[in-house]
Amino acid sequence: MHIIDRRLNPGGKNFANRQRFLRRAKAAVRQAVRESSEQRGIKELDQGGEISIPRDSIREPRFGRASSGGQRQAVLPGNKKFVPGDTLPKDGGGGGGSGSEGSPDGGGQDAFSFVLSQEEYLDLFFEDLELPNMAKRALAVADSVSLQRAGYSVSGSPANLAVARTMRNSLSRRLALRRPKAEEVERLKQEIEALEAEEDEPALDQAKAALAALLTRTRRIPYVDPMDLRFRRFEAVPKPVSQAVMFCLMDTSASMTEHMKDLAKRFFALLYLFLKRRYQHVEVVFIRHTHLAEEVDEDTFFHARETGGTVVSSALEAMHRIAAERYRLEDWNIYGAQASDGDNAPSDAEQTLSLLRGAVLPLCQYFAYLEVGRDEESTIGFMPHSTELWRTYEKAGAGGERFAMCKVGKRTDIYPVFRKLFERRTEGAAAP
Amino acid sequence: MTAARAGTPLFTGKDWDFDLIRRLHDAIAEVARDELGLDTYPNQIEVITAEQMLDAYSSVGMPLLYKHWSFGKHFAQHENVYRQGARALAYEIVINSNPCISYIMEENSATMQALVIAHAAFGHNHFFKNNYLFRQWTDADGILQYLDFAKRYIAECEERYGQEKVEQLLDSAHALMSHGVHRYPRKRKPDLLSEDKRERERRIHQEQVYNDLWRTLPGKPSAGRGRLDESRRRALLELPQENILYFLEKTAPNLAPWQREILRIVRMVAQYFYPQGQTKVINEGCATFCHYKLMSRLHEKGLIDDGSFLEFLTSHTNVVFQPEFDDPRFSGINPYALGFAMMQDIERICTEPTEEDAEWFPEIAGSQDPYGALRHVWANYRDESFVAQYLSPHLMRRWRMFLLADEGEDADELRVQAIHDERGYRNLRRSLARQYDVSHLDPDIQVVDVDLAGDRRLLLQHRMLDGALLDEGGAKDVLQHLADLWGYDVCLQEHDDLMDGTAREHVVRPRVPAGLPA
Repeated sequence: MHIIDRRLNPGGKNFANRQRFLRRAKAAVRQAVRESSEQRGIKELDQGGEISIPRDSIREPRFGRASSGGQRQAVLPGNKKFVPGDTLPKDGGGGGGSGSEGSPDGGGQDAFSFVLSQEEYLDLFFEDLELPNMAKRALAVADSVSLQRAGYSVSGSPANLAVARTMRNSLSRRLALRRPKAEEVERLKQEIEALEAEEDEPALDQAKAALAALLTRTRRIPYVDPMDLRFRRFEAVPKPVSQAVMFCLMDTSASMTEHMKDLAKRFFALLYLFLKRRYQHVEVVFIRHTHLAEEVDEDTFFHARETGGTVVSSALEAMHRIAAERYRLEDWNIYGAQASDGDNAPSDAEQTLSLLRGAVLPLCQYFAYLEVGRDEESTIGFMPHSTELWRTYEKAGAGGERFAMCKVGKRTDIYPVFRKLFERRTEGAAAP
Repeated sequence: MTAARAGTPLFTGKDWDFDLIRRLHDAIAEVARDELGLDTYPNQIEVITAEQMLDAYSSVGMPLLYKHWSFGKHFAQHENVYRQGARALAYEIVINSNPCISYIMEENSATMQALVIAHAAFGHNHFFKNNYLFRQWTDADGILQYLDFAKRYIAECEERYGQEKVEQLLDSAHALMSHGVHRYPRKRKPDLLSEDKRERERRIHQEQVYNDLWRTLPGKPSAGRGRLDESRRRALLELPQENILYFLEKTAPNLAPWQREILRIVRMVAQYFYPQGQTKVINEGCATFCHYKLMSRLHEKGLIDDGSFLEFLTSHTNVVFQPEFDDPRFSGINPYALGFAMMQDIERICTEPTEEDAEWFPEIAGSQDPYGALRHVWANYRDESFVAQYLSPHLMRRWRMFLLADEGEDADELRVQAIHDERGYRNLRRSLARQYDVSHLDPDIQVVDVDLAGDRRLLLQHRMLDGALLDEGGAKDVLQHLADLWGYDVCLQEHDDLMDGTAREHVVRPRVPAGLPA
């Protein structure tokens, strides 16, 4: 009898099968993930969780008898009052009259539920989406390089001395040139001492000459020669900037309802999650504006209410200022997202446009404008009028691939709109 | 062992260690061998975690198996059920191999480990080694090595031909798995060990004899093209053939050698599990009866203390619980309960027979050798014959069995045809046995004809039983897979012997028509 402890065997043996399963059910799982995201709060948007997919998509068909029709018999336990010849109604009747097989998966439900990990969830959630202009334009900036090991060199600073490699060279050189070993010298010295004691002159002279020859040779062939030296070589590799900052701009004037703010918040949350998956480090700057713009923390951003007019250029100005102060263009990928109901002071249009074109867009990898509408306003179909800001931005949008704008009215539209904004571009458009 | 005989419990509390497992095994082995006369393969007990248990679950209880999405699906399903706490994991999984591998979970208490060892490492093990179906159909010595070969081979194919192609093929093969077994014994003993070698030899042979010149030889002028007569043609193709996978492996015109080999692998795995489907009641009954006896004996000998024995009884009662038909928990007859009850009944008949027993079971009633009788049962019966032979009137009365029948579309009501009385016993017993009959469990579908020289349309026939048609959706999908493998049209006729005619016909075309490179 053997007892084997298998507990320490590597786990995740089923990983390959799971991947195959997810690939197989991809369409259904993707659909389920998107549907489930609509019901989730912003906080739990990035967690994994249970999803259900229709069983049809992952059926394993078998030949089996239909569950009804034909003559059927079943022996059942627990007879209480029946005698032969009794009849029961066909529907219900406790256990039915058939030995019907359940669905092959057991359970017999229409939906197949299972748990996705966070990683799997987000992978599907953001599938096919891409951040435009991911890489910084000027990659070879001196500051953002990292050193990478690249073999050995014969020169370098002492700190980079590759000791093992150097000693290896030294050893082979010493062997090849037959440098006398320390023991050999030692032995000869002892011999000389012995000979001195014996006072054997001719032998002593001979030994002394031999020792002198050995010592000369030792001096001539150094233990470590400069030609043995090897240094670890490093190469400077331009480092892709892997941090991003996201500017959230929102109009907080009284015309923005809670519903609109909720839409905006969802959009910002999606963008944040998305950036977080692409960059190691993501910072968020919240700028709210009425006729004045200020930087605030998240809570104030979404919940506080203000009164005042609406001057969009103030927010753009603030963004430009903050970026210049804190986020050096070489080190940061800058993304901008603006949400507004579209109001703007007519006199501000010119200023807004020139700021956007001249100051903000050159900074940004991508700038998205989201116009939030009231719930009842359908985004499709008849558009009453385009708003002030929309008209302004339309001029900016023409031709610029760093800029995109969209309208959204319903909560369920957020995700499609987000997808639309970040859909993977075709090759032609993607090249920066 | 001397200390144990004195009646000190082997353990107290729920903690266990490897030494205890060994002592439990030895103590149980002694009782099993000397008192029950069990004859088992050597045991190999493997301690695993819950995740590993789930893993074993999803690959049909096999320690190693090729990769396929359906196993991932089953894993996800089991995992979800387990996480929700809706169902506990099975305490053990046992593999019909030599040595017999039993998995036990680390979470089990010491009592549960004892129960599991008695149940799996002795009960199931004895059954695997002795039952005629397992001896006839499975090769316990070779299975692990064969699975290893299968896994490697399929991984190689994935590398060589692409994951997608292999997956499609496996999907199709799995769909036909239930109809990929030989149902009648072969002349040869199964020998999975040499399968690997044979596959390699076949390939090497093909490579050696391959010579492109053969292709240029002019064919015989239509001498062989002459139409064979009907019966000769069918005989050459071994028609009718109910092992559809075997037929495809040997005959399908467009399959590459590696595809045939994979069909063969799926077929071998199906064949390996063929006996298990027919021996649920008797196999689980055997294991349950053994663990009950072994644990009781250990308790009587003082090797298990009262607390642990009560813990054992709780799980044992859960296992053999049979809800009545009108209970919301009822979902068919529990094979553990039926098997255990029948075997206890056999023990009663051997030791304390009534007059009725003497009349029904003259050969064993009062023989006073219950274990001998049971060993005979375990060795020589499967579910159907076991119920047909040994379901006693006493047990039918105890379970208050009755037979409910649906007499087809015309009848408006279900009719109680027999109950547990003098007139009903035989009828009940016959019907229950029939529910476990393989020919009743799987629909009878056979390849009946194909004209290889003509349009190559494959003709299958489903011989309907009791007027029940196939489940249409499932059948269509399976036929689609079949047509894809075959490469030409496939037609399935559902034949009703009573009406003497075809009740329904399905025709399916392959998704990739033959002739195009697949």
